[in-house]
Amino acid sequence: METAEQIYDRLRARFPGAAIAVVPNPAPAAQHSLALEPARAREIALWLRDDPELKLDYCSNVTGVDWPDREVVETTSATVPDPAGGPARTIEQKTKRIQPGCLEVVYHLYSMALRCGPVIVRLRTANRTDRVTLPSLTPVWRSCEFQEREIYDLFGVVFEGHPDLRRILMWDEFKGHPMRKDYTEPDDYEWEPTPHDKVLAKAKKHYPPEPAAPGGAAEAAKP
Amino acid sequence: MIPAPADSLFPTPGTRVRPVHDEFHGDLLEVSMGPHHPSTHGVFRMMVTLDGETVVRLKPVFGYLHRNHEKLGEGTTYLGSMPYTDRLDYLCSMTNNWAYALAVEKLAGQAVPERAEYLRVILAELTRLLNHTCLAGFLLQDCGASGTPLMYAFREREKILDLFESLSGSRMMCNYQRFGGCRVDPPPVWLEAAGRLVDGYNAFLDEYEALLTGNEILMARTQGVGRLSADLAVSAGITGPMLRAAGVAYDLRKVDAYGIYPRFDFRVPLGDHGDTYDRYMIRVLEMRESIQILQKALREIPAGPVMDPKAKLRGFRPKPGEAYGRIEGPKGEIGFYLISDGGPNPYRYRVRAPSFVNLTILEDLCLGHTVADAVIILGSIDIVLGEVDR
Repeated sequence: METAEQIYDRLRARFPGAAIAVVPNPAPAAQHSLALEPARAREIALWLRDDPELKLDYCSNVTGVDWPDREVVETTSATVPDPAGGPARTIEQKTKRIQPGCLEVVYHLYSMALRCGPVIVRLRTANRTDRVTLPSLTPVWRSCEFQEREIYDLFGVVFEGHPDLRRILMWDEFKGHPMRKDYTEPDDYEWEPTPHDKVLAKAKKHYPPEPAAPGGAAEAAKP
Repeated sequence: MIPAPADSLFPTPGTRVRPVHDEFHGDLLEVSMGPHHPSTHGVFRMMVTLDGETVVRLKPVFGYLHRNHEKLGEGTTYLGSMPYTDRLDYLCSMTNNWAYALAVEKLAGQAVPERAEYLRVILAELTRLLNHTCLAGFLLQDCGASGTPLMYAFREREKILDLFESLSGSRMMCNYQRFGGCRVDPPPVWLEAAGRLVDGYNAFLDEYEALLTGNEILMARTQGVGRLSADLAVSAGITGPMLRAAGVAYDLRKVDAYGIYPRFDFRVPLGDHGDTYDRYMIRVLEMRESIQILQKALREIPAGPVMDPKAKLRGFRPKPGEAYGRIEGPKGEIGFYLISDGGPNPYRYRVRAPSFVNLTILEDLCLGHTVADAVIILGSIDIVLGEVDR
């Protein structure tokens, strides 16, 4: 079985100009993956499937991952020579920037013919709001059909070229994509006899505070 | 009265045949089977378009049991997800546990002691017996043999569930395995009881097969029904007995050789036709192989700890990274994909459910068959809605 780096080298030779990168995985399993350029993903996928040395004929698992925008603090250090002739000083500068988020679709590919794998392929959308289309790989591997529908349903990635892109687990009229990290569940509070913690906060929003009864405990406590 | 035409079906002199003046005549009929139909094995719906009695279109509709299991997994700790995995495929909680434990062990580089590996094999093969026995019973139920064959299967299933209950405290929601081993050590009497059950299982299978395998009705209803070609099976990601019934030799116990499976010598039965009868037969043959694995495992299980002493369960925070772990469950490849960001909860927790993916080709299998056969085909795919809907 070729490593991700070897496949990367062959892909670079076969598809010059396509943006491909190896995404390292620091976990002990070391299942490194290949990030592909979405525009050329389908031809690369076809090649991965039909290449005689890989024969990745079986797409086992397709899943989405949501990466929201996050703030990255970068520390840059510069060495400034001391004009007085002393030892050079190191000045550290911290800059904050927003790393734009994306939605990612991960494909776990195996070969049933050669009994090897996995080769992990990732496709990333341009951003999380308006450009969330990716090419569907269902024409290449039929097993993506339901799994891509599920990602469309729960993450909101629109797969171009999918034969039947509808919601699959949520009902058709449902709004929103529940597996996104910023999804907030609807405020569907039901009455509870003993609300506490989070439920208590919810309950307070739904019911105005009860007016103090005249002559009740509040008045009796007055001096 | 209209006189009967000369070429009528009933050319007896004197009979009158009323011609069909049916407004549906020649039209397609759309039937919504389910979600409360008993043959759908749960709350599953098939939008079937029928031409007469023949299926010309079939769209599965599901999600009635959807509770966003994956989101719940992101909101709880690694250990906290273990009992939730029982609820996926509620017939096979032991294999779900193992697949999840395996994925976490891959993520954190956790070792498993020898005795726990043997226990896992024993429990997974018992689960396979349980699942396949139930499936054979349900298949007959779908054929219309109401009650009796299913009760025969359930009788044996209860014996295995009793073993699970005495080991883990629960019949079906076992929550038994942990990252780095198993929760409790079974006493010697448990292993003896398991040995007795396994030794007697072949006799049950003989009895069951004597009733079913050569049964004329079963053969007439299942042979040639719902044929699955090997090419389509591979492309559609079908795994487990369904794939092997289509003639593709792909068993993760052999391919991935996870756990201690390389130590066991077993055969992988393959089908010739890929039809419903093959899918039934493969499961029976797999049970026979499982019995051999079980006998060897119960004979050879070593003494020792069942948990790695270095394993951490509470406050477990694996280093950032990701892992995909999969095992051969009774229904096919059950896999868990985990991404860790170093926190106590997984950043992403994904379940690759075998029966969800196996459903992809339901329409392809049912086209051209009668609606009664669609029920049998669905049964032979072996779905559990707790896992399909997640």
